[in-house]
Amino acid sequence: MIPDLGKYAGAVLSSYAITLVLLAALIGLSLWRAARVRRQLDEVEARRTRDD
Amino acid sequence: MSLWEYANPQKFMQTSQAVLPAIWGLTALSMVVGLVWGFFLTPEAENFGSTVKIIYLHVPAAMMAINAWVMMLVASLIWLIRRHHVSALAARAAAPVGLTMTLIALATGAIWGQPMWGTYWAWDPRLTSFLILFLFYLGYIALWEAIENPDAAADLTSVLCIVGSVFAVLSRYAVNFWNQGLHQGATLSLDKQENIANVFWLPLLVCLGAFILLFVALVLERTRTEIRVRRIKALIARERMA
Repeated sequence: MIPDLGKYAGAVLSSYAITLVLLAALIGLSLWRAARVRRQLDEVEARRTRDD
Repeated sequence: MSLWEYANPQKFMQTSQAVLPAIWGLTALSMVVGLVWGFFLTPEAENFGSTVKIIYLHVPAAMMAINAWVMMLVASLIWLIRRHHVSALAARAAAPVGLTMTLIALATGAIWGQPMWGTYWAWDPRLTSFLILFLFYLGYIALWEAIENPDAAADLTSVLCIVGSVFAVLSRYAVNFWNQGLHQGATLSLDKQENIANVFWLPLLVCLGAFILLFVALVLERTRTEIRVRRIKALIARERMA
């Protein structure tokens, strides 16, 4: 399935691995923080509504 | 309808919520098509062998590393001139994305450089200006974190962004300015003779589109988070005053 990359296989595969890991980490962390902050805001707004 | 309407956080949140699912969907689609096409379905290049497949990562990442800074510059200028908070927060949101793109460009460039140039690193004008751009990204993010007052942080990071723009421009044009070093000229050109062959150019174009879409999706998502963080801080401050 993987094309024959010859003597440069290490260079090509490590480039793809590093890029995909970095992009996955960036996307994952961004979405995780988004969800955490959204939850916090919901809590603060709920508390505010309750107190009013 | 004016563009400045989106400077209103509520309007920004409504519009970004509506468009984000489509942008994420297009990002995933174009990323899969571009990378599968580039990795599996393109031949080796005459001079570079299979390392040519690295351009589908390196060129889009390098392009976005520079353009992210340009976007931050525009947003910073809008903040300094018109004091729109959303633009300052968008610049802040874009910085980690630009930092990651710069890191990918540096890493893939170094990995490509070893077999092609015989070294992972050289103090070549383009490589050096890219490294300085990377350091500017780190400094910019650190400055935002270090200053408590959000308006003061936005002011100072905007000034830093303007200063760092010199290196964003140098990263792009260093090869043309100095005409020396190891790094070759532009991979993509409107000049047919300079441009790479169609068999590589078309999947590269898809990858460029995918990276642009990914940048837009991440910046919108992260700006929404920054707006929410501001709202939380405002509500908590109000609670304490009550």
